[in-house]
Amino acid sequence: MTRFPKFITSIGYAGIVLVQSVGYFPSVFLRSDGRRDLFRQLYATGIRTLPVVTVVSIFMGMILALQVGLELARFNQENYLGAAVMLTLLREMAAFCCGICMAACVGSAIAAEIGTMKVNDEIDALRIMGIPPVRFLAAPRILALLLMSPVVAFYCCIMGTIGGGIVGATQLNVDFGQFMSSALWMAADKDLFVGIAKAAVFGVLVGDVSFCEGMGASLGATGVGKATQRAVIVSFLAILISGYMISRAFY
Amino acid sequence: MGEKVIEFVDVVKRFEGRAVLDGLSFAVERGEVFTVLGPSGTGKSVTLKHIVGLEEPDSGEVRVADARVGYLFQSGALIAWKTVWENVALPLVETTRLPDAEIERRVASALEAVGLSDAADRYPAELSGGMQKRAGLARAIVRDAEIVLYDEPTSGLDPVTSAVIERLIVGLNRERGVTSVVVTHDLAMAARISSRIMLIKDGRSVACLPPDEFMRCGEREVAEFVGAAKGERK
Repeated sequence: MTRFPKFITSIGYAGIVLVQSVGYFPSVFLRSDGRRDLFRQLYATGIRTLPVVTVVSIFMGMILALQVGLELARFNQENYLGAAVMLTLLREMAAFCCGICMAACVGSAIAAEIGTMKVNDEIDALRIMGIPPVRFLAAPRILALLLMSPVVAFYCCIMGTIGGGIVGATQLNVDFGQFMSSALWMAADKDLFVGIAKAAVFGVLVGDVSFCEGMGASLGATGVGKATQRAVIVSFLAILISGYMISRAFY
Repeated sequence: MGEKVIEFVDVVKRFEGRAVLDGLSFAVERGEVFTVLGPSGTGKSVTLKHIVGLEEPDSGEVRVADARVGYLFQSGALIAWKTVWENVALPLVETTRLPDAEIERRVASALEAVGLSDAADRYPAELSGGMQKRAGLARAIVRDAEIVLYDEPTSGLDPVTSAVIERLIVGLNRERGVTSVVVTHDLAMAARISSRIMLIKDGRSVACLPPDEFMRCGEREVAEFVGAAKGERK
């Protein structure tokens, strides 16, 4: 029998889980139990990540403004600071920041939860009851990440811009109002839509990868720990690679 | 001879080259309490997983009658974020189109059968080990299971709770005619509840006899196991 390298079979499995999950999305809305699970996941994905996302995005905007502002000041172009920060956030950094926070906060939790269920025989119990684990566990989680990631990315963008504006006003002598008008002047629909689409893709990848890694857990608590670690690492890689590919396709 | 509901014919299963089941053959008849005994790591749980299709044999054949099968896992395997009621209702909610009133009736009946009506609103983490197993059992029988498979139903439980589980196994068998396959290494319990006991060693059936004959069996492996189990109890 031909043995494929493990990473190829893993990609294949992740692809199958993703396709099956998308097929189960309608059932998540149609079943009352599914809707309840979806709301639980939306809460975990959105509300519970907000504190981390807020801090990360504000500081990311501040760092961006400081680094870009110092260079712009050398050419007396500080007026464009808002535009530079906004463009960077909209096109790349907001989605990226959101994806990383989702992988660290939500993906790790999904992998740990599914991994624990796997080693505690709960996944086998679902199969015996005739309940497909992908429908019951993966579909609500991936759908929640698909719906919530763009919202969180947009929120990242707003908070990052505010952070950048604060640095501009306090350290680079750029008026906050001027910073904001420059930022809004430069923002284009395409940048917004590509950024949001990117965040949605990152969210789906984090959910898919984390579920699959959790399902691969074995050997008790050690196995769950390893699965969680792998879920975060693979999610980061998936975010970086897909982020580049999406940017390449649109710009 | 009664109707066979489960039959293993020369089943072989290997994990990473090691044969866990090595030519295992036996049959379970309708209405029996059939106990699979053996030391840890001899393929008892793997045998159960073959019955429900979680494992496929490398060779040989597993025949299971067309019947509703329930499975009680060693840990209870309850879903952590659902209450006892929701856990027991899960197979009905997810796999049937029964009206809510009928689901409520069946869940209430299953919980009553295992004596957990008062704990319906509690989460698995709030239950003792014995209560988790009883909740798992309620979930296993809620679809009117004709065959129930028990994986180490009394392991890790105190003698009083073990006796409750034993009574439930026997009660389900007598009152509802449930065919039971019990995997355990508890010889005393096996002797009390079983119609027949099978000893597995190295993935093969060493003996398959009614309890009284099993306890007197002169087969070396059986005598060793019985002797060791009696010594343990002393």
